Amino acid sequence: MKIIVCVERGADPEAPPASFKVDAGGNRVVLAADVPVVLDPYSEYALEAALKLKDAHGGQVIALSLGTDLPREVIKKALAMGADELVLLEDEAFADGDSWSTAYALAMAIKKTGDYDLILCGRQAADWGEGQVGLGIAEVLSLPGVTVARKIDVADGKAQVERVTGDGYEVIETPLPAVVTVSNEIGEPRYPTIRGIMAAKRKEPVIWKPADIGVQPSEVGAAGRRSRLVKLFQPVHKANCQIIHGETPEEAGANLAERLRLEKLI
Amino acid sequence: MSQNQGVMIFGEVVNGQLQAITKELLGCGRKLASELQEELSAVLLGSNLAGSAREAITFGADRVYIVDAPLLKDYQADAYMPVMERLVKQTAPRILLLGQTSIGQDLAPRLAFRLGTEATTDCIELSIDPESGLLERTKPVYGGNVMAVITGEHFPEVATVRSKAYSPLEADVSKRGEVINIEAEVEPPAMRTRIIEKVSQVAEGIRLEEAATVVAGGRGIGSNQDFKQLEELARLLKGAIGASRPPCDNGWIGDTAQIGLTGKIIAPDFYLAVALSGSSQHISGVSGAKNIVAINKDPEANIFRVARFGVVGDWKKVLPAFTARVRELAGEN
Ligand SMILES: Cc1cc2nc3c(=O)[nH]c(=O)nc-3n(C[C@H](O)[C@H](O)[C@H](O)COP(=O)(O)OP(=O)(O)OC[C@H]3O[C@@H](n4cnc5c(N)ncnc54)[C@H](O)[C@@H]3O)c2cc1C
Repeated sequence: MKIIVCVERGADPEAPPASFKVDAGGNRVVLAADVPVVLDPYSEYALEAALKLKDAHGGQVIALSLGTDLPREVIKKALAMGADELVLLEDEAFADGDSWSTAYALAMAIKKTGDYDLILCGRQAADWGEGQVGLGIAEVLSLPGVTVARKIDVADGKAQVERVTGDGYEVIETPLPAVVTVSNEIGEPRYPTIRGIMAAKRKEPVIWKPADIGVQPSEVGAAGRRSRLVKLFQPVHKANCQIIHGETPEEAGANLAERLRLEKLI
Repeated sequence: MSQNQGVMIFGEVVNGQLQAITKELLGCGRKLASELQEELSAVLLGSNLAGSAREAITFGADRVYIVDAPLLKDYQADAYMPVMERLVKQTAPRILLLGQTSIGQDLAPRLAFRLGTEATTDCIELSIDPESGLLERTKPVYGGNVMAVITGEHFPEVATVRSKAYSPLEADVSKRGEVINIEAEVEPPAMRTRIIEKVSQVAEGIRLEEAATVVAGGRGIGSNQDFKQLEELARLLKGAIGASRPPCDNGWIGDTAQIGLTGKIIAPDFYLAVALSGSSQHISGVSGAKNIVAINKDPEANIFRVARFGVVGDWKKVLPAFTARVRELAGEN
């Protein structure tokens, strides 16, 4: 079985809210200097889903990422976790795409890798939160797509996917190849082992340029966008919390109840 | 400028009930349609839709397309896509809105890409730019720490709208509108996927999305057993129980209790947040709450930036005393 996992890097979404600012022109998000760049959490869940399948059925896991100046120490975590290959679409032409141009480039790269069984993506990215790239890939490649998976089983050229819904989940059967987007319910991503980290150090990623995947630079990245960013701005919160005190924590708790009663909240 | 005209919303009907998100979309769509001086239409797929179609009119639709077929009873992309693709091509709306729901999130991007346009998901505000006439879509990015305004020049302009971002209009029973039946015409070979089973895991009692009071716990609660204390308080307050993500991931409570960007979006009158830090992704799900009250041992926790009242302290000491006093005040002792 050959599984392709699309992974991306981004600012650590758990960084304190004050770490995310917008530049004066309202065009770019400016991150505080101490915000680490990490593998996007949902990329890690997608990798975990792929590695679980590899544990059960064997096969090959290829991690695929897109961008410019992809930091090796971050992106190689995919190899350290257990992916067999790392392919990078790394070129200025791929930068600043939207969901559409990113999905198109990834789909063309996936086509080039040939005879894949399963394509996995995170359900959505921590930064733009669009949840569109996986479905875009499915559309470009005319594949069935199942979103927000909590479990994936594979047998006889088919996958059974448990898809999270608002009130539980549904079990969906899809022929392979297919695209599946993965949610955190799949389970905690594994930590890289020492052996994995050593192997990742030695392994160099394969790098593809637009010509390698048969696309024009004008079709991908910023040039291939269909949507336009008008501006970014910072939402304003005015903190206005009244702290309820007490001699002891117990008293503070009781005082809180009294206060909420006065406010008719309870 | 495009030939496309009018605003269309994709409605959701469950067991014959027009869903809250659909009424909200009609409220939002009506506002846009009025600004454009164009029509508002709704499309409903499924079965047993006639009552919902009339209801959609009372909430603002000028026209409702219904596609009633057994194959459309449950949402499945392979069944819904060809129907929507054809309908949208035939009716050529300028704007197409869906809910940021399990269905809308799955359908909107596919449909946009299939139609050669693009979608913006999880919008909290939509407006028409007076100069260009284009749809400006405001959505939270970076977990809600930054807002982005996005447009596109392809039609229809597709967006999904976050739950509770818009209010429904008052139902107007005298409002007139047209209901049009459309044939589904889905060929079974178009179906690649199939639903084997649907599993409902909703807790009994008051629905989280509709509760006026919600008691929620976070990672700091610590265990399955400790979560029961919150459940007891929720019962006492006639509220629902919720959680940040870690308690769900740890199995202390069911996944359907998760509140936030990737969980439920709620807007209760009273939200009690216990031992959760108030990450931006969590707060995304409660920004509509009228009164947030927090119990957290860390005075710097982000939850205090959005709370109205708070106690700084160990919840294991604060909460039992709080619950006891609530019980006394309720005259239960
Ligand atoms: C794309 C994306 C989507 C996400 N979607 C969601 C979502 O929908 N919902 C969601 O909740 N999260 C979501 N998350 C995760 C989110 O980023 C946080 O990791 C999560 O909300 C943290 O949960 P928490 O506040 O319970 O835990 P923590 O941040 O660990 O906070 C625990 C809090 O408990 C307090 N505490 C500990 N012990 C005690 C005690 N004894 N008494 C009092 N206080 C105590 C601590 O001071 C701390 O503030 C998402 C993340 C990403 C990247």
